[in-house]
Amino acid sequence: MEKKKLVIFILLGVLSAFVSVRMAFPISDAYKGNIYQLGTLKPIDSVLKVKVGQPAPDFTLPSVSGEKVSLSQYRGKKNVVLSFVPAAWTPVCSDQWPGYNIAKDIFTQNDAILLGITVDNIPTLFAWTNQMGQLWFPVLSDFWPHGGVAKKYGVLRSNGVSERALFVIDKNGIIRYIDVHDINKRPPLENLAAALEKLKK
Amino acid sequence: MKKFFLYLTSVILLLSIFVFPASGANKPPEKGEQLPTINLPIPKNPDERNYLGLSGSGLFKIPQIKAKVVIIEIFSMYCPYCQKDAPGVNELYRLIENNADIKDKIKLIGLGAGNSSYEVGVFKNNYSVPFPLFPDKDFEIHKACGEVRTPYFIVVKINPDGTHQIVHTQLGNYPGAEPFLEIVLKASGLK
Repeated sequence: MEKKKLVIFILLGVLSAFVSVRMAFPISDAYKGNIYQLGTLKPIDSVLKVKVGQPAPDFTLPSVSGEKVSLSQYRGKKNVVLSFVPAAWTPVCSDQWPGYNIAKDIFTQNDAILLGITVDNIPTLFAWTNQMGQLWFPVLSDFWPHGGVAKKYGVLRSNGVSERALFVIDKNGIIRYIDVHDINKRPPLENLAAALEKLKK
Repeated sequence: MKKFFLYLTSVILLLSIFVFPASGANKPPEKGEQLPTINLPIPKNPDERNYLGLSGSGLFKIPQIKAKVVIIEIFSMYCPYCQKDAPGVNELYRLIENNADIKDKIKLIGLGAGNSSYEVGVFKNNYSVPFPLFPDKDFEIHKACGEVRTPYFIVVKINPDGTHQIVHTQLGNYPGAEPFLEIVLKASGLK
């Protein structure tokens, strides 16, 4: 009986190894061999601390371009999309923002600004985002105190990176949409576009 | 015990059916080979349907396109190099379309790896892409094509008897419309 279990265990192990190979993502040639492969991760590894309908916790973070950016500076002026991505130089993350970079219209049509956030430090974010072309939105570093903003929102994973999460915050500072996405997958753009369209109603 | 071995055999069989072909498919298509089976929807847009020489609705396979050569670009809306190369690939389309000798012989299509039709639409609008683009939302085509990095170009020669061969493949390094057209013409024997 024990032997039986062992054989099944080994077979499952072999199966999972192949399944993780199948999870590979298309990577832009822009990054050449510089993307670190992580394999398949636990889809979500944190507990949200905010809800739709609640005020979004304010924060101030340094941006790659030098100035500090506060969420409250957009109050009464712009809707805000927070895009947390787990880490620089990793597969899915390296594609997500270049996509948003050519979708600026979706944000401007809905009077929204995008703030990209990771827990990486500024020099790392500088080198990484340079590979993406000229980004039209600020990229913020939640490096120190480490993952402080991600923690406030409840999207800091147990290993110190953030979830792949989107928050839509309206001009009154109220959270209107949350998507804490499976970290292994890219959130479809149409879902975010639909959430932004809903702000008009 | 007999039962156990029966169970074990069926597990191995299932593994071999579902898992091993997938790992075996992890090889990009190469020159001289045939394309993996790719089923695409016949475009609803009549201009795109005419461009590809297709009619009706349903699915088609790339060698059914009415042409001697088909250039396939595997791209992603999310890929910075695909974005950078987009104007140059549009220029390739115009070079071909403006040359009466090759206009009806070479056709160009794009396959959006992991892109939904909405995302393909964003790419198409943003760069005013004049040739047909197809979504590959669940990476089915991308997996069949060895999960290549993007942009990846495949040039396919279609023979009069309906058979086909890949005559050129290229990862990135898009040299611009004119040099790339030269490569296509030489590789396919149109020149």
